[in-house]
Amino acid sequence: MADIEFAAPRSVREAVKILAGAKGKAKVLAGGTDLLVQLRAGMVRPGLIVDIKQIPELSTIKKGKKGFEIGAAVPGAVLGANKAVLKAWPGVIEGLELIGSTQIQGRASLGGNLCNGSPAADSIPGMIAADATCKIVGPKGTRSSKVEDIVTGPGKTSLKKDEFVVSITLPERPKKSGDAYLRFIPRTEMDIAVVGAGVSLTLDKKGVCTHARVALGAVAPKPLLVKDGAKALIGTTVDAAALDALAAAASAACNPIDDKRGTIEYRTKVAGVLARRAAVIALERARA
Amino acid sequence: MGNEEELNRIIDYSGRDYKHIGTRPVRPDGVDKVTGRANFGADFDMNGMLHGRMVRSPHAHAKIKSINVAKALKLEGVKAVVTGKDFPAIDPSDKIVGEVVVSFYDMSRNVIARDKVYYDGHAVAAVAATSPQIAERAAALIEVEYEVLKPVMNLAEAMKKNAPVLHKGMTTEGVEPAPKKSSNIAKRAQFALGDVEAGFKKAEVIVEGDYSTQTVHQGYIETHACVVSLAADGMATVWSSSQGQFMVRAMCAKLCGMDNSKIKAIPAEIGGGFGGKTVVYLEPVAMMLAKQSGKPVKMVMSRDEVMRATGPTSGGHARCKLGALNDGTLVAGELEMEYEAGAFPGSPVGLGCMTGFAPYNMTDILCTGWDVVVNRPKAAAYRAPGAPVAAFAVESAMDELALKLGMDPLQLRIKNAAIEGTQAPYGVKFGRIGNLENLRAAEEHPHMSVPLGPNQGRGIASGFWFNIGGTSSAEVMINEDGTVIVVTGNPDIGGSRASMALMAAEVLGVDVSRIKPLVADTESVAFSALTGGSRVTFATGKAVIEAAEDAVKDMKRRAAKMWDVELDQVEWENGCAVCIETDKHKPLSIADIAKKSDRTGGAISGKANINAQGAGPAFGTHICDVEIDPETGFVTVLRYTAIQDVGKAIHPSYVEGQMQGGAAQGIGWALNEEYVYSDEGQLLNTGFLDYRVPVCSDLPMINTVVVEVPNPGHPYGVRGVGEVPIVPPLAAVANAVSRAAGVRMGHLPISPPKLLASIDEAK
Amino acid sequence: MAKHHVTTTINGDRTEFLCDTEQTLLDVLRDELGLTGSKEGCASGDCGACSVTMNGTLVCSCLVLAAEAQDAKFETIEGVASAEELHPIQRHFLQEAALQCGICTPGFIVATKALLEHNPDPTETEARYWLAGNLCRCTGYDKIIKAVMNAAAEMRGA
Repeated sequence: MADIEFAAPRSVREAVKILAGAKGKAKVLAGGTDLLVQLRAGMVRPGLIVDIKQIPELSTIKKGKKGFEIGAAVPGAVLGANKAVLKAWPGVIEGLELIGSTQIQGRASLGGNLCNGSPAADSIPGMIAADATCKIVGPKGTRSSKVEDIVTGPGKTSLKKDEFVVSITLPERPKKSGDAYLRFIPRTEMDIAVVGAGVSLTLDKKGVCTHARVALGAVAPKPLLVKDGAKALIGTTVDAAALDALAAAASAACNPIDDKRGTIEYRTKVAGVLARRAAVIALERARA
Repeated sequence: MGNEEELNRIIDYSGRDYKHIGTRPVRPDGVDKVTGRANFGADFDMNGMLHGRMVRSPHAHAKIKSINVAKALKLEGVKAVVTGKDFPAIDPSDKIVGEVVVSFYDMSRNVIARDKVYYDGHAVAAVAATSPQIAERAAALIEVEYEVLKPVMNLAEAMKKNAPVLHKGMTTEGVEPAPKKSSNIAKRAQFALGDVEAGFKKAEVIVEGDYSTQTVHQGYIETHACVVSLAADGMATVWSSSQGQFMVRAMCAKLCGMDNSKIKAIPAEIGGGFGGKTVVYLEPVAMMLAKQSGKPVKMVMSRDEVMRATGPTSGGHARCKLGALNDGTLVAGELEMEYEAGAFPGSPVGLGCMTGFAPYNMTDILCTGWDVVVNRPKAAAYRAPGAPVAAFAVESAMDELALKLGMDPLQLRIKNAAIEGTQAPYGVKFGRIGNLENLRAAEEHPHMSVPLGPNQGRGIASGFWFNIGGTSSAEVMINEDGTVIVVTGNPDIGGSRASMALMAAEVLGVDVSRIKPLVADTESVAFSALTGGSRVTFATGKAVIEAAEDAVKDMKRRAAKMWDVELDQVEWENGCAVCIETDKHKPLSIADIAKKSDRTGGAISGKANINAQGAGPAFGTHICDVEIDPETGFVTVLRYTAIQDVGKAIHPSYVEGQMQGGAAQGIGWALNEEYVYSDEGQLLNTGFLDYRVPVCSDLPMINTVVVEVPNPGHPYGVRGVGEVPIVPPLAAVANAVSRAAGVRMGHLPISPPKLLASIDEAK
Repeated sequence: MAKHHVTTTINGDRTEFLCDTEQTLLDVLRDELGLTGSKEGCASGDCGACSVTMNGTLVCSCLVLAAEAQDAKFETIEGVASAEELHPIQRHFLQEAALQCGICTPGFIVATKALLEHNPDPTETEARYWLAGNLCRCTGYDKIIKAVMNAAAEMRGA
């Protein structure tokens, strides 16, 4: 077993250079709440660990023209305390804040949760529903990607070997809109989602839904954008019939597995229940 | 629901006043434990020590064809490698036969495998190296060649006629005529009263149900850890966290072929055990590594190792049949159970058979238990071993009976409650017990009158545990300034130092702040049996009382000498010797007597080495309210009340704490805890992420009613408290959920997918 | 590769140590610095027995690489009491008998201190959720919550 090298660059440029020059496998360290567990369990053994938290851009929240640009390594405890983001995208914050304990919240970040590539990641459905994008850098420069295009399968992402996520952008919040994220776990805390559901919707003056995005977690090899779920809501007043249609669409979109956390049958059913419940909360927020 | 005083009560039937007992002083070891100074198993180092690491089987069932340690030994920094071959042979007949058999032959094979591995995580070899990192690398270099066999993962598979056999030559004991064919069924145990068939003929109402529970772990937060040194003269020191330093000494001696006198076992503070630290796993292996390397060896398990290779208690399957008259009078009961023993025989199924019907006055009973080996870790004791599974079946059946009779479940239990004079299913006639007093306390508790809303249900269940006595030793030493040291040999797992100090204070008549209780190593106090069986406050407490009385007797003698009066003229009052003959002698305090002790015969101490008899059987009744989410199967525990006859609460806070902790563990057992194995027999949930013990936000406050019906077998009436509280909760929770959902939840854990499927099926 | 030389502040004291990349802060606290009050119950962030604060934020020291400690400020259980007296939280844990075996206690006390600095007047539910990452297998949490609420009241001057 070779030694693991460690670097804590102070700028994006320096980080890009270090990653590009890595000989073996490199791992980017944000909050470390997944990476350190994987290291200890012997699931990963990188040649290099690059701590990106010393890079100012990765740890700041900016309000710009396009919305909020949130550094990839901003921990839940910091993002949750940002009143402006919380007001605009409560569903996204709910997703991030549901990850683990208070201790985990001191470290876990949107960027880390996304790049860990878990199908059950709590913050991803909320970000997908919010139509979030992320800024990625690599030796070839900067590119942008929709959040739903990052995770490609369990533990797998579309990031290249020497790329990393710098920030996540949540768009400007449209008027009369709201979002919400709910997940199901067997206990009240400390579990991995058995099912997660994020819903974001916008109403017109008459209360008719004009825009919606629905996303599910833990029901397929990657977090899902459920277009049929959005279709079920758009053009309705999000009444009981529309919610039933949403639940049916959510269940229909599931392609889950049986494992120690839940069964196929269970996940499929509860995905519908949670999508409906999340839509009700998002609707209340849109009306408020 | 009610105010604090109504919710949490102490109901005293003793009518006795005590000065110290029943008060709530800060525990003597408290400051060390809130400041991080207390030294637990892994907190201790020895100079020049090596770090040991175990190599564990990835297979659930396999023959070991060969083990090649050459590469590991070549690695720089590796100082020792041991395998099963390095351990002495033990005769298969070397066992202690009790209700649960302790076989040293099996134990040695459990500690380190010989020719076969029997579960995922079974230790096959160990290394010691100059750093944990090198030890880990070396462990990975040990090559073990296995011939993988088909694993037998559950009771049903193990009991099949053509099931793969774990132990060739093992036949079923307790069956006539004795079978000759090898079997995974190690034993049949049976307990009967009266004539069960005749009983059922009298019955006007019969209920019959099928129940099961899964393998669960004690879940102590401290992983197993030890440091062992073995000097060139063969003298060993073992520092480890366990429920008994004398157990550690005895088992190391047996398994390593040493004399007890050559091993000094020092008890570390123990970070939870619940029965799971009543056996050894690491110590004998560290001993052999220390022997080979000539250096001290430290071994600390990871959480993953704890889950895969230690502890669990048996999953079980039970059929329970109850017969009653229309007025609710129980006339017959039948219980047949199979328990997983794990890799080696010795599940607590017999104890389950003895306890299941104990809360009830029944004359016609038949209980049959089957002890079955499977490719899971060897079951260890877990709080009232065997009783929770049996109580789950019986108390669920009682709930079914109440529903069928249209009777209140608490009234059904009151009507049939075992009382003084009732013949217990395990042979004895109960003496003074507090079972009915518990049920009356439940009846009066404000919890019972809280109205239930939609999707809510209330469950009631009772439970029984014997409590035990046994060998305990204590010494009470009077310091020259009059302060006191109380020495015992039982690790303090939950505040027992405080209760030892309180009992000594009551006898001596001095404040607990002047008493220092000490848990001594195996060379500083005479033998004491384990901290377990709810025995420490009862048995070791009795030893402390007798030792303190012995010290008082000596001090009276000293006072008589100082006053030059006859001994019968001296009495002990309020911590002082007083002369009853004349008032010309001022009373002498302990300090006065101690100061002059050199002139009256030397140092003062009292001693007691006893085998405590007269343990007090005890009962508990729990009330649980839940709300279910019918769309997800999620269960919220809304309210919980634990009622228990403890005999006498020496330190009420720690008594309440035992009741609350036992209830919480039982709630976890009922709702979410279970071992999940792959088809090939690998444990899939080896950490606290997926082995789901209750977290703080899962639970409500847990009300306690401490019922004190004194045990005549103890000077202050102590029965013991630690085990009863885990017996009722499985059924209390399941009965509440079953009533809320309108469907019987007879199979634990009641995880959300299981509950939702049951609700949907019943629609 | 040579070990990392890390300079950090622990309980107010400037501290230097050497570590490998894969060593966690918990490994270094316990094995290199002799601060064994932080306990390892799981090494995966699921039990909270190793709780410390890092630059004022509550974290699991088993999920922080020791190499990340450069220039950071840590508080561990060893820094909670002063030489003269216990912290009110420690005192209330003792008065309420909020510990049985005591292995989880350091983590609970560090986490409770962080809670009360963040929210001096928590509801019982807020306290329970804040402490959900600290496992206790002995007490059923009842007396821990009572101790936390009593300490909060005393610290508010109520």
